[in-house]
Amino acid sequence: MAYSEKVIDHYENPRNVGVLDKDSIQVGTGMVGAPACGDVMRLQIQVNDQGVIEDAKFKTYGCGSAIASSSLLTEWVKGKTLDEARQIKNIEIAEELALPPVKVHCSVLAEDAIKAAIDDLQSKRQTDSSQPASSAA
Amino acid sequence: MKFPIYLDYSATTPVDPRVAEKMCACLTPDGVFGNPASRSHAFGWAAEQLVDEARANVAALVGADPKEIVWTSGATESDNLAIKGAAHFYQKQGKHIITLKTEHKAVLDTCRQLEREGFEVTYLDVQSNGLVDLAVFEEAIRPDTILASVMHVNNEIGVIQDIAAIGSICRERKVIFHVDAAQSPGKVDIDLAELPVDLMSFSAHKIYGPKGIGALYVQRKPRVRIEAQMHGGGHERGMRSGTLATHQIVGMGEAFRIAREEMAAENVRILALRNRLYDGLKDMEEVYVNGDLAHRISGNLNISFNFVEGESLMMALKDMAVSSGSACTSASLEPSYVLRALGREDELAHSSLRFTLGRFTTEEEIDHVLSQVRSQVERLRDLSPLWDMYKEGIDLKSVQWAAH
Repeated sequence: MAYSEKVIDHYENPRNVGVLDKDSIQVGTGMVGAPACGDVMRLQIQVNDQGVIEDAKFKTYGCGSAIASSSLLTEWVKGKTLDEARQIKNIEIAEELALPPVKVHCSVLAEDAIKAAIDDLQSKRQTDSSQPASSAA
Repeated sequence: MKFPIYLDYSATTPVDPRVAEKMCACLTPDGVFGNPASRSHAFGWAAEQLVDEARANVAALVGADPKEIVWTSGATESDNLAIKGAAHFYQKQGKHIITLKTEHKAVLDTCRQLEREGFEVTYLDVQSNGLVDLAVFEEAIRPDTILASVMHVNNEIGVIQDIAAIGSICRERKVIFHVDAAQSPGKVDIDLAELPVDLMSFSAHKIYGPKGIGALYVQRKPRVRIEAQMHGGGHERGMRSGTLATHQIVGMGEAFRIAREEMAAENVRILALRNRLYDGLKDMEEVYVNGDLAHRISGNLNISFNFVEGESLMMALKDMAVSSGSACTSASLEPSYVLRALGREDELAHSSLRFTLGRFTTEEEIDHVLSQVRSQVERLRDLSPLWDMYKEGIDLKSVQWAAH
């Protein structure tokens, strides 16, 4: 299968690979997929008290399209508020990367990953209501 | 070194230049272009003679009589002709067929078709090394079993089934025995004069011959009957009609002739290269060979790099042409059914690469492949959340994954 230049670029030079402290109250972690299905994405976002995503990191086990989808997503979410980030649709990722139909599920996984990361952060902040950040979340 | 490096010889092989030369002499007005079935003039006679020589060369490599060789368009057609042909001919004696879960789709899908026609098919599991347990095979035979089909060499993992032992069981129980030998000529010795095999499928393009030509061995003593699947001019003693493709047949014959002369030395050379490849990888963490390493053709290494997905690894290995059992390389999004049949976890099937070496593989190429594979596996593991978890000592099986 021929990949688009954008997929190859993200695959060969993935942006924002890494790990954030998953125990930090400022960090939300989303882990989606399953090894048996051939793809697992871990997306982490670091969110300030104003609810703006300051940093994002990922690691992905999966095909080139899955790696590219998560790499692109980390670029897109930085600087966005949680509400804005939640609005990102898989179809936008698929279009940007020109994913073929058989690879669209990789972009679905990326959308699931950002939603899971936001959910993780918000549930953390709700349980830890002593933190002032909880109202912003 | 020429890039990309071709390491997918089990998918297909290039035509040996010596083969191509012979083929080219059968096409143009100055060549032997006649119809081998034309009995009335020299053009036909010349073509018929080349076809006979090719038939003798194919038969010689596998220890058959030339009269036992039926030309087809390839191993897929041979499998169809053997399995449907025998099932249809012998159906009054029973409608039960036995095969393996690790067979090629040409066998499995043919069996599925026979199921739709009212036959019953048992698909046997293999052991974790890829070989069928002979006791399990024997137990599967019923009074109404008419046919068993077992491949000689598996296309994905390269393991060699004990067709002599399986054939003996079939003889004893009066079951017709078909062997899909698309991957084995030139790699494993085959002597059909001794082997208890009734039908055997061959391909040319896996052994440095052209695509689009194959053969089916149909044993004469004792005589095995098959019902034709292709009807027409009654070619190939009525078993397979259609004008013989002289140039293709000549190519297959020459490929088999060369293999007979060179296979002994060639397999020693290829085995040394395969061992060089494996020795260069086996010290890496979490690397698993798929299928039995001892009962395997010399040119195959199917290996899983745990926590790295096969398709992304192939994408990284752009200097080389290999294949993977990963779901992402197939339209179905299912990982290799062969690796699953070994009882491999799906994640190891997703992480597999198949290297198949051949006549034109060099030591220099293997060394380049080694350094690339090692560095790219490392790079992708740095990207893999599963590798992180493994390094943290988390048992991935204990994790509740959100399957999708």
